[in-house]
Amino acid sequence: MSPNLRSWLLCLALNAFIGSYFGYALMSQASVLKGNLLPGETTHGHYQIELNCNACHSPSESANSSSSIGPVMQDACIECHQSQLDLADDTHPATKFNDPTSADLLQILDAQNCLTCHQEHVPEQTRGMGLTVPQDYCWHCHQEVGDSRPSHASMSFDSCATAGCHNYHDNRALYEGHLNDHFGEPDHFASAVLPQRNLYESLATSAEAKSLTAALADGPEQKHEVGDILKDWSETKHAAAGVNCTGCHTSTEEDAAIWNDTVSLETCKTCHDRETESFLTGKHGMRLGMSMNPMTPESARLEMHAGASHRELTCSACHQDHRFDTQFAAAEACQQCHADAHSVSYQESSHAELWRQEVAGEAAAGTGVSCASCHLPRLTDGDSVWVNHDQNANLQPNESMARQVCQNCHGLEFSLSALADPTLLDTCYDRAPEVRTKSVDMAHDWFEQQRLKREARAKKRKK
Amino acid sequence: MKTKPIHLAFLATGTLSIATLCASLSGCSSSEASSVPAGGITPKQFADGVHAVMMADRTVYATHVVTNLKRQDSPVKADEYWKDSENAIPLPAQAFRMGAELVDKNEKAGFNYSLRSKWPLNEQHKAKSDLEKEALEFLDANPGDSFYGEEELGGKKYFVAVYPDRAVAEACWSCHNDHPNRGEDYPDFAKDDVMGGVLVRIPIP
Repeated sequence: MSPNLRSWLLCLALNAFIGSYFGYALMSQASVLKGNLLPGETTHGHYQIELNCNACHSPSESANSSSSIGPVMQDACIECHQSQLDLADDTHPATKFNDPTSADLLQILDAQNCLTCHQEHVPEQTRGMGLTVPQDYCWHCHQEVGDSRPSHASMSFDSCATAGCHNYHDNRALYEGHLNDHFGEPDHFASAVLPQRNLYESLATSAEAKSLTAALADGPEQKHEVGDILKDWSETKHAAAGVNCTGCHTSTEEDAAIWNDTVSLETCKTCHDRETESFLTGKHGMRLGMSMNPMTPESARLEMHAGASHRELTCSACHQDHRFDTQFAAAEACQQCHADAHSVSYQESSHAELWRQEVAGEAAAGTGVSCASCHLPRLTDGDSVWVNHDQNANLQPNESMARQVCQNCHGLEFSLSALADPTLLDTCYDRAPEVRTKSVDMAHDWFEQQRLKREARAKKRKK
Repeated sequence: MKTKPIHLAFLATGTLSIATLCASLSGCSSSEASSVPAGGITPKQFADGVHAVMMADRTVYATHVVTNLKRQDSPVKADEYWKDSENAIPLPAQAFRMGAELVDKNEKAGFNYSLRSKWPLNEQHKAKSDLEKEALEFLDANPGDSFYGEEELGGKKYFVAVYPDRAVAEACWSCHNDHPNRGEDYPDFAKDDVMGGVLVRIPIP
């Protein structure tokens, strides 16, 4: 073989290899090879699913495009984030701008398209909350705010979203009426207790629920003999609520009950629907929500303990089967993986001390503060109190936590001030905030001014 | 934040009424609303019709729900911050706005409506186009008359009708007159004063 031919064949083989490599990367589902195709670093909110391009990009558009990756679908944003926006009582829903008089403003800032403010793969222009437009964007619509709120006249528009003031989507803890209603509250409430979960009570009191003992377990005998499975289960609320072995471990195929050693998330969902649904929208479960392999600590951007690298984040990662100990899941489970400054500082915090007292039975239920107390908030819906398992939902931004968590135990002004202090974040809120936010005082001053004017008008009318 | 069955029922029936009117009068697509097929109606007739439904529903809510609860000394009250208050339902203007938002989300509705005022307590209710400013000046100068016109927004043409929004119940003007958001130039409203306008906007060819 001539040297020339050898060179030609070598180049051909090399090109064929490169072509095959990228061809496979393009066509494969959520392959690690796709990492080579990423146009830029993905934000902390999406990097877990960045290898599943179709999660956000429309493959159907590819045929009409020079790129094999289609444009980002607004529907993809909505599919994952609409429930969060609904829960946050979104202040700026897209429909707010349907009014045709918004047309000119939408030309400047298309507030009906998520991508206007939240682009991906552009780390050089990405700010907190995944914001990719200049921070003074409020100016476009609120230039005249000083007319109705003179106290705001001299404020710069890049300070609107300063912690404790305003957010674009979630203002549940920040609107004037709420700020004023909670003016003058003490830093610490005399009675500080979280709402009590009541799923067990609602299920255990149903007519068909029947408390079970180890003797009534209906799984295969050989399974009962594995470790402390039977004892563990018999002491859980599952047994107390009548959830037997076959309740979780069997599925039906062709009218026959099949025993499964593993339990699917869909099975957990049968009774814990809101918990599992919310788990799939948070960073722990979003990969499962996209039909990808479970998230593992080795893939995390936060610091994690090396020994936990390969733990898979499924329900049982925190809720050990068959004990399902919620106290373990609420703090110890988190501490097994998380090794960042905030998590490490927790053990030394007064919150952790309260939690230890509750776990030891020295303090009432709900008075301790575990990791879950803040990051998996207990939400009230009518008479039901459920646990939101999207641990990121009240961090978008973190003022969301004030309303859902902090205000159970602390005054609003104290809560907003603490959440605004980045050093307290690192030390897990081990002391009171030194710098206090002004928004509560400002709102109260505003309502007081209006009250005095109202009284003056009333006097004038009487004359 | 609890959902109150009473206002949901009101909104549902109100929206249904408007949707039914849309369907029965015009088929409710923008092109059909703006053209005048044989036996059909003009945009003005359509606007007058849906406005009549809106006002009927709001009057029923204000009179037979809000005022009735007050008369009975019920613990349930209309409150601006109803979402965060126990035993609270939306104010009539808020309920009206919520209905408008539901219609806005309904792609089949083919039109939208809103409140406008020269003295808005909610800044979103101030005039947003030259025609809207003209309409509010007209209502101020011609109490009792309605304003009709056409305008182009974002490259699309619209028929716009603005109807006087009067102070009909004492609770309305007393709350407005003493609201924290009232400006220094806010008039002291009394019964039957025109406090603003109800705007109906319909796309036309």
